[in-house]
Amino acid sequence: MSEVAVRAEGLGKEFHISQLQRGSKSFREVVVDAFLSPARRMARLLRGHATGAADLDDTIWALRGVNFEIRKGEVVGIIGKNGAGKSTLLKILSRITEPTEGFVEIHGRAGSLLEVGTGFHPELTGRENIYLNGAILGMRKAEIDRKFDEIVAFSEIERFLDTPVKHYSTGMQTRLGFAVAAHLDPEILIVDEVLAVGDAVFQRKCLGKMEDVASGGRTVIFVSHNMGSIVQLCKRAMWLDHGTLRLNGDAPEVVSKYLSEGTETSSVWNGPESFHPSREMAFTRVRILSVDGTESSVIEFDRPFDIELAYDLTCPLRHAIVGYYLQDLRGNRLWESQDVDTGFSHGQIREPGSYVSACRVPGQILRPGRYFLTVFCYIPMRRPLAYHDNILSFEISSAGYQFHLDRVGLTTPVLDWTVQRIEKTFESTVNAGISST
Amino acid sequence: MMTNVIQEMNATAATASPGTIRIEPTRGWVSLRLRELWEYRELVYFFMWRDIKVRYKQTVLGALWAIIQPFFTMLVFALFFGRLAKVPSDGIPYPLFSFTALVPWTFFATGLTQASNTLVQNSNMLKKIYFPRMAMPLGTMVAGCVDFCLAFVVLVGMIAFYGIVPTWKVVWLPLFLLIALVTCLGSSLWLSAMNVQFRDVRYTVPFITQFWMYATPIAYPSSLLPEPWRTIYGINPIVGVVEGFRWALLNARTAPGPMVAVSSIVALGLLVSGAYYFRRLERTFADVA
Repeated sequence: MSEVAVRAEGLGKEFHISQLQRGSKSFREVVVDAFLSPARRMARLLRGHATGAADLDDTIWALRGVNFEIRKGEVVGIIGKNGAGKSTLLKILSRITEPTEGFVEIHGRAGSLLEVGTGFHPELTGRENIYLNGAILGMRKAEIDRKFDEIVAFSEIERFLDTPVKHYSTGMQTRLGFAVAAHLDPEILIVDEVLAVGDAVFQRKCLGKMEDVASGGRTVIFVSHNMGSIVQLCKRAMWLDHGTLRLNGDAPEVVSKYLSEGTETSSVWNGPESFHPSREMAFTRVRILSVDGTESSVIEFDRPFDIELAYDLTCPLRHAIVGYYLQDLRGNRLWESQDVDTGFSHGQIREPGSYVSACRVPGQILRPGRYFLTVFCYIPMRRPLAYHDNILSFEISSAGYQFHLDRVGLTTPVLDWTVQRIEKTFESTVNAGISST
Repeated sequence: MMTNVIQEMNATAATASPGTIRIEPTRGWVSLRLRELWEYRELVYFFMWRDIKVRYKQTVLGALWAIIQPFFTMLVFALFFGRLAKVPSDGIPYPLFSFTALVPWTFFATGLTQASNTLVQNSNMLKKIYFPRMAMPLGTMVAGCVDFCLAFVVLVGMIAFYGIVPTWKVVWLPLFLLIALVTCLGSSLWLSAMNVQFRDVRYTVPFITQFWMYATPIAYPSSLLPEPWRTIYGINPIVGVVEGFRWALLNARTAPGPMVAVSSIVALGLLVSGAYYFRRLERTFADVA
């Protein structure tokens, strides 16, 4: 058991900024650039910058000084914010890209699954794509032959097996892609967030398959934004932060540390101290208030709370809308709410001054977990006057309610149920059933 | 079940290099890792198979395109160069003379065009999965053999139509085809790797093929050149291929021996340098694609 499957030492990857992000340019700039940059690039080449790619000056380390060891049979989750280096790490482990420094040793046959249905060709049929995709993932033809029926059964597309994939729905393509991938059985499986796709039923099926793989004694490295599945599937978690390994340990512990520290939980956000006098509107303070009026970043599941937006107006605004939306950890937008829904009449003019728009959110709706608040102000058909995304994050604590992780749905409203016994038949059988267990 | 597992373990041991893989930065010139390419031969086969399947999907004329292109070029050549300009053709009927050259030429040019774009077209795959990148242009190019075979059948028909009986020289044909394949692969490796970095290549390839075609004795015979220039002309490897085809199939008087030797050496050089260049750039594909 203690044999090492993957060992990384001093791993680092440097990117050129120009490869990562090119700011959007105006049409004029694009045209001017198109004529000037060849000259600039040629000059660069002549000066001996042989690589020739444009603007090599700015570099960024997407990953640096990462050391870890994964033992055979371990299931390890990798978590971290966007841009923390998770994908880069997976790409290095899958040999797609080379590290700039350091090394990784992989003991055993590794298979990686960074995308569902890589290399699917829309013109080919489902059957043909199973072979193509399987081969791309590293399966032998004989191996695919042997698993073919299983793959088809898992994907639930029997009837469309000989239809070109371009006529498939997105869901069907995903199912087919996952079915092929799920039957790849390497000793070390590297998986990116592939579970974020497909419908709930299929997601659960995939999760089940992942559990099978994990319990089958294979090594799994798994990236996800879904903390629920990380805790459910992985014993160990690694938290990447700005390209370095911030924490490496028991999954539940790392996840909870990540949740509480990885993003600032805070109940108050203060707007910029000064804002341009020509701005018509600016948020000055946003707060989360528990029902008793105190600022709080942890709200109990069954308690209502308030989202309070304070802002200044420097000139009268008509048709302005002030509001917010909530996002969960997986980026789902739960709802958007606007103060003109109930608090303010839409056509009414907001005179200059300081305002507070507050929204009461009832309890027993938001699933326990972490939420992010984005606030905005805009006038329909015009550019936004203010927009601040993910400025606050708060947590709904489960407060006595136990929700199973498998429970589907973005929200968990507690609804009224009635349970009645209508007839008294089958009494003896039921009793027998109970007594026998 | 158990035997299955054992078989599979054997199979897997063969697929990935057994034991340990060390992933680290490579510097300078790297090994070609041909062994690994051999281990992924099934993938090359699948890429080839995909390209064949997809090539003429949703076209009305389908595989006829493989014939139409060289055939109509031949008609145009026969009319303008053969009839009007009275270009000599080594005593061979001009249409046959040019078509014999156009068949291997079309194979080469189509292969080059498609293979040099294949990495860019499949750039998403480059970013999502590992395999020896060479498998991609290789598969695409080999897929062109199907088109070649179709056009070759027409060529055989034309040879029969003109009543030419091939001699034992035909046995040399595979060698000439091989030179075409090696040249095509070599230049495709150069161009496809460059194409990932510089999309300029996409605009250059049509120009290159056009230029290359005029630099190849397709519409005219290489016998217009005196020796030693004719042999030196073999530096363009397709010259050797084209003249070889004419010699082997049409009993052209001029034996292309030294010229073919030069062509073979250049083709081989192109392949080896292309492979090394490709492997050198390969490591940055995922980052810049």
